[in-house]
Amino acid sequence: MKIIEPLLQFVVFPGFLFTAVAGLIFSWIDRKVTARVQYRIGPPWYQPFMDILKLLGKETMIPAGASKRVFLTAPLIGLAGVTIVSTLLCLADFDPNLGFVGDLIVVFYMLTLPALAIILGGFSSANPLASLGSSREMKLVLSYELPFILALLVPIIKSGGLLTIGGILNYQIAHGAIFASASGFIAVVVAMLCIQAKLGLVPFDISEAETEIVGGSFIEYSGPPLAIFKLTKAMLLFTLPLFVVVVFMGGITLQAKEVAWGILKLIALLVVIVLIRNTNPRLRIDQALRFFWGPVTILAILGVVLALFGH
Amino acid sequence: MDLKTKALTKSLWVFHMSTASCNNCDIEILDCLTPRHDVERFGIVLVGSIRHADVILATGIVNRNCRDIVKKMYEQAPKPCFVVAVGTCAAGRGIFHNSYIVNEAEPLDKIIPVHAYIPGCPPKPEAIIDGIVKLIDKVNKK
Repeated sequence: MKIIEPLLQFVVFPGFLFTAVAGLIFSWIDRKVTARVQYRIGPPWYQPFMDILKLLGKETMIPAGASKRVFLTAPLIGLAGVTIVSTLLCLADFDPNLGFVGDLIVVFYMLTLPALAIILGGFSSANPLASLGSSREMKLVLSYELPFILALLVPIIKSGGLLTIGGILNYQIAHGAIFASASGFIAVVVAMLCIQAKLGLVPFDISEAETEIVGGSFIEYSGPPLAIFKLTKAMLLFTLPLFVVVVFMGGITLQAKEVAWGILKLIALLVVIVLIRNTNPRLRIDQALRFFWGPVTILAILGVVLALFGH
Repeated sequence: MDLKTKALTKSLWVFHMSTASCNNCDIEILDCLTPRHDVERFGIVLVGSIRHADVILATGIVNRNCRDIVKKMYEQAPKPCFVVAVGTCAAGRGIFHNSYIVNEAEPLDKIIPVHAYIPGCPPKPEAIIDGIVKLIDKVNKK
């Protein structure tokens, strides 16, 4: 019984299955809002599910010269990372006392696993465009991790040096959301920009760049491995807004009214992400690096300093 | 109709293969994706890589230089993958029928299997959508 319970938590609720369904619905919201912004009607709600089902039924092609083992395990690494993050986040959210010391750091590291999977997959597929996409993704990871970790310092400082998600949640339940303070607001803005890059959406879809390097790291992927990558991206679309809601916006507590309010917060964040995506052109990689290490990092440092002075 | 076929027909990802065309058909294909026709309603998305494709939209006469490339492209697409010949040139050579630039013995459907033909020079977006609908019906009946 002791083994089955965590296994169920990882595979069914709130782990893989729940996040996959929620993520696919979120990716439908993304496509629908995009369509409405462009005066189109957009796909029906089951469209992302059909895409994944279809890809699972297609042939898997491994390019000649690719390292087969890395090529096929890379998508699984990303999927494992995002599953662990969503499980830890949801469990901490349902019961703030459940977490362990340092789970915030674990979540932070696991969030880079999907990017790592994209880099590995691109480099192992023996395609020059995929390698180009992967090297861009690598530079993008280097650029957004610094402001992201600075933004995360704000809730840690505010809650008095607590390194647990549950601790930060308890602090927010007692003192109100971190988002409401000046430093918290700056931290959320910085975190949202980093999330846009983590999701690989415009203006930071430099590594995928359909119109210049035709899909970047994913160019050689077909069938089930591509389905897993698409699923990972969809799950990130749910997990990253959830991360912001839990760490900065007071989380989602398990009461009927609060759950509805929490889902509204998640969808509002998602719509902000989609609107940024639809109203911006793609940056070059050097522009993105300069953007993240320049204004965004300075803003994040300002947030940390304000938090240290208790604002 | 099993789930796999249903999922396939509900989410056709289209790859655009221009084999020595005059670009008119290519422009009409892009018209299908604009807000007026919006084929994403039916799950049809234009993809950039042949590895993601479910449908190859071939436009233009296949000239001598293109022949091997067309064959290689089809081999690189993950199966099941359908080919649609868009425009009179791809379907039956059109005005280039006896031209020196084409190999008389090998039209597009001799090089790779073609599942649907859409005539027109260029075909209207409505005609292209109609052709795709007929392709879906054909796949469902199989």
